[in-house]
Amino acid sequence: MTAILKARNLTKIYSLGGLFSRTKITAVDRVSFSVQPAEIFTLAGESGCGKTTTARMILGFEYPTAGELLYENQNLVELRDKKAWFKKVQAVFQNPFETFNPLRKVEDYFFETIQNFRLDKSMKKAEELIEEKLQAVGLSLCDIAGKYPGELSGGQLQRASIARSLLTNPSLLIADEPVSMVDASLRMSVVNLFRKMSDSFRVSVIYITHDLATAYYISDRIAIMFRGNIVEIGPVDQVLENPKHPYTKLLIESIPQPDPQIPEKVPIKILEEKEEYLRKGCKFSGRCPEVQNICKQQIPEDISLNGTVVKCHLYQK
Amino acid sequence: MNGLIEVEQLQTFYVLEYLGKKKTIKAVNDVTLSIPENVIYGIAGESGCGKTTLLKALFASIEPPLQLFGGKVSYLIKNNFIDALSLNGKEKRELRWSYISYIPQGSMSVFNPVKKLKVTYLDFLESHVRGKAGRELLSLARQHLEQLGLSPQVLDAFPHQLSGGMRQRIAIALSALLKPQVILADEPTTALDVVAQRAVLQLMRDIQQEIKNTIVLVTHDMGIHANITTCMAIMYAGKIVEVGPTQEIFSNPLHPYTKFLIHSLPRIGDKMPKKSVPGAPPSLLNPPSGCPFHPRCPEISDFCQDKVPDLNNSTQNHKVACWLRRESCDCNS
Repeated sequence: MTAILKARNLTKIYSLGGLFSRTKITAVDRVSFSVQPAEIFTLAGESGCGKTTTARMILGFEYPTAGELLYENQNLVELRDKKAWFKKVQAVFQNPFETFNPLRKVEDYFFETIQNFRLDKSMKKAEELIEEKLQAVGLSLCDIAGKYPGELSGGQLQRASIARSLLTNPSLLIADEPVSMVDASLRMSVVNLFRKMSDSFRVSVIYITHDLATAYYISDRIAIMFRGNIVEIGPVDQVLENPKHPYTKLLIESIPQPDPQIPEKVPIKILEEKEEYLRKGCKFSGRCPEVQNICKQQIPEDISLNGTVVKCHLYQK
Repeated sequence: MNGLIEVEQLQTFYVLEYLGKKKTIKAVNDVTLSIPENVIYGIAGESGCGKTTLLKALFASIEPPLQLFGGKVSYLIKNNFIDALSLNGKEKRELRWSYISYIPQGSMSVFNPVKKLKVTYLDFLESHVRGKAGRELLSLARQHLEQLGLSPQVLDAFPHQLSGGMRQRIAIALSALLKPQVILADEPTTALDVVAQRAVLQLMRDIQQEIKNTIVLVTHDMGIHANITTCMAIMYAGKIVEVGPTQEIFSNPLHPYTKFLIHSLPRIGDKMPKKSVPGAPPSLLNPPSGCPFHPRCPEISDFCQDKVPDLNNSTQNHKVACWLRRESCDCNS
């Protein structure tokens, strides 16, 4: 199987501050991964870890400072025809109430997408296509016809957003925190949809989240990001059931388990983002419970351990 | 009556007038609650079910378009119950921050973005602590932050210089500044990632253990309720549908809605397909007749469409508003 998207040493550097005191922050630091066809790939990590920047680079909103992004062996930076690219890659955003303009009807977005990509010529065919995609997400055109975003629930709206992104028959969906703004009672209806998309339409999904429980539930492979680096990457069962990197362990332990019997957790400390980005050596060494001397001086290398890749000195031979 | 805050048959509706037509949104509809002392009390429910409006009523801040249509909220102050909703502005101001304080939703908008955090802290202290100069007050604020394990240097920062989790913790610390008996927290952890969320919950637990007060925590995340609350109430469409000790609600949920909420949560190590609640949340403008959950309920019976079930004891503390649990509560557990 050839990967549909490959990132090789993808890097993005932002500079902060005024004219005289500039600091450079490497928001994404030599990140490499690949996405297979019909696969759900999760990028997980806390806020400010570079996961959204990675997504923005894939969507072409941001140019990489270094490294390359290959879509079916074409380099995205050199790609001239943006429209053809957007036909293959579509995005689903975090807050459905912000995705849609509150003063425009939801259906307008569907017709506009069809017009932009010249998907269908006649109105009737366009309606058929919209109906087909809405059916796939469990809605129908009558549900949204003539309605404004405020008249639909968050779950419905997010499903409509997914249906819209499917109009162009994309091969890759980028979903940036798609369920964090959806009500708990409706969350699973959206999460289940992504599974269905990849199973029945063979769409690959890059699922960006900090919620490891839903990531475990739907994804095939997962990459844990921390301050611009991928610290652990591999099949989701292996990474989450048997975490190796201390940061992955911390993330898993921090999930509030829906079980009141679980004892209280050990207090943790949190450091400011900027401080950690500028840290020499392993970026996690400031709050790692298993820190060694070497961690503070040297950036660890990627180490393969049966199927997963870990960036940690603990596993250095 | 043995709680710290007693709510009796509270009805507060939003009254809107649009093109000469009156619309009432029944945000809190006939709610009776008793919030005990020295606990973290959770209120769960999805967005638009009236949780925030209930908190506003608990804070005695009913301002148009929100109107009081009936019922009572009383505070226990020095063994006397005081009707909170009939207090005048001055009396309310005296109670606020010293007896009851409030952490609003969205830490981004709590602090003035063009002022340093210490200005906000001083504002609060100056209006509530008498007979102390600015410098003393500032050192009081520093001490307070240090006690809670936060760095006092943040007082010299602007809100945008801090991360979301830190800003939220500073907002929570501010609410506990005068050691109030009750802290109302409205979705304090939404929009935070799991690690920052854990730090925020840890801080709230520390505050509760230190001043032994009551924290009313509103969130839709059942995982958080399981983690830090001791008692909880589940709200649906402006009504309380289930109340009880958290342990019992999780081990033996009675209302079909609660069952959905608990069983639809994904866990690591369990790949069983999960279902969410069918249908869509009801509109409070026009709530369904009878039990508000009946259009989405899988176990619907004949009564449900016509009559509103009231909260009924299943065991001593555990109450549920559901017709199905009426007669069968003994044999069904």
